[in-house]
Amino acid sequence: MKVEITLFGQLADIAGTQKFHLQDIPDTDTLQRILHEKYPALANLSYCIAVNKKTIHENTILDEDVNVALLPPFSGG
Amino acid sequence: MSQAAKNERYARQISLKELGEAGQEKLKKAKVLVVGAGGLGCPALMYLAGAGVGRLGLVDFDVVRLSNLHRQVLFSVKDVGESKAERAAEVLKLINPDIEIIVFNEKLTNSNALDILSDFDIILDGTDNFSSRYLINDACVLLNKILVYGAISRFEGQIAIFNASAFTDKKAVNYRDLFPLAPADQEVLNCAEAGVIGVIPGIIGTMMANETIKLITEIGEVLVNRLLTYNTLNNHFFDLELSPRAETANMIPKGISEFESYNYERFCGINSTFDLSYEDFEPLIKNSNIQIIDVRESGETPHLEHMKHIHIPLSKLGEQIPEIDAETIVLLCQTGQRSTAAAEILSKHYGKSRKIYSLKDGIAAWQKK
Repeated sequence: MKVEITLFGQLADIAGTQKFHLQDIPDTDTLQRILHEKYPALANLSYCIAVNKKTIHENTILDEDVNVALLPPFSGG
Repeated sequence: MSQAAKNERYARQISLKELGEAGQEKLKKAKVLVVGAGGLGCPALMYLAGAGVGRLGLVDFDVVRLSNLHRQVLFSVKDVGESKAERAAEVLKLINPDIEIIVFNEKLTNSNALDILSDFDIILDGTDNFSSRYLINDACVLLNKILVYGAISRFEGQIAIFNASAFTDKKAVNYRDLFPLAPADQEVLNCAEAGVIGVIPGIIGTMMANETIKLITEIGEVLVNRLLTYNTLNNHFFDLELSPRAETANMIPKGISEFESYNYERFCGINSTFDLSYEDFEPLIKNSNIQIIDVRESGETPHLEHMKHIHIPLSKLGEQIPEIDAETIVLLCQTGQRSTAAAEILSKHYGKSRKIYSLKDGIAAWQKK
């Protein structure tokens, strides 16, 4: 099972990439934990999570090939 | 101006069969307010004026600066130091003298927002800070106004339409469904700090005008309950379906007086008066007349050990205020952000009868010490 991660704004700057893949991640909480370990700066930032282009607000099972997007808020105008 | 000249002004859009005379009439009757005459506001205002929006309002308290000119296309070097609102209105009147332009040369605050917004049907948010964005969102929810949201950072932009219940069978989402809590102070850099490519507000601001024209004339598919992002560096568009959050309604002021007393700057981490440093917190822990409350959601780690405390997630706190006898209440979360929001809620309930604190920078910072 392949998880495609898409990052936006500052989150992509921290990870140094806008898109990468991870294998066999059971759910979004686990994914967040892995990402925060890999990129500690992410843990202190606000962002919303979308699974297959739909925003989620609680832990979500990732049971097939999915896209998980992390979007930070922008303030600029 | 004669009818013939007016028809000539709008001829190229009236000849679009989707828009036509009927669409033009709807534009004439429309009342649109643009908050912020900056990078997003300038192009949005120009296209809305050109399209013939009958009543066009603009709010801005700032003056034009030389560093604005690479993206704020209503202004030129001779405007530097002048009021943005006044200068923008002058240019817009030259673009279209047939529409009513209403200028608010002032900062939108929770004491004037409801008055200003109530004269308009659609509100465009082109502001440059989070406290204005939450304030505008909440005012739109209270007054049931459609909010066309745009925001930019460096090379990227976001656009969405919030609170448009007439345009969806589902529950209309608002900004707090997407980002319920303001980022901590300094967490997100603004244009001045992070830089911005001039064309991105041009693109997003123009798209905001486009969505507004579609909402008014009821053509096409609008970004209701959707967020579209665009990246100028790789030309990628990415759009998301937005879903409502159960706790959003509890976070928004319920009525006029609650809205007017809500401290948006404090909510956005600016000068929080609830802040308690860990140095000041540690001696308090053993105090008998203190209630420590962990407001993180269930299952969040690290668990608080060696400390008497209760656990009430922020999402539950909005639903029911706990009975607390202790004189001092200290709220904790991971970064200090949610505990500040919780402190707002409790202070509204308890007033000055309790000392309410939020652990500054949260458990994360405390652990590092």
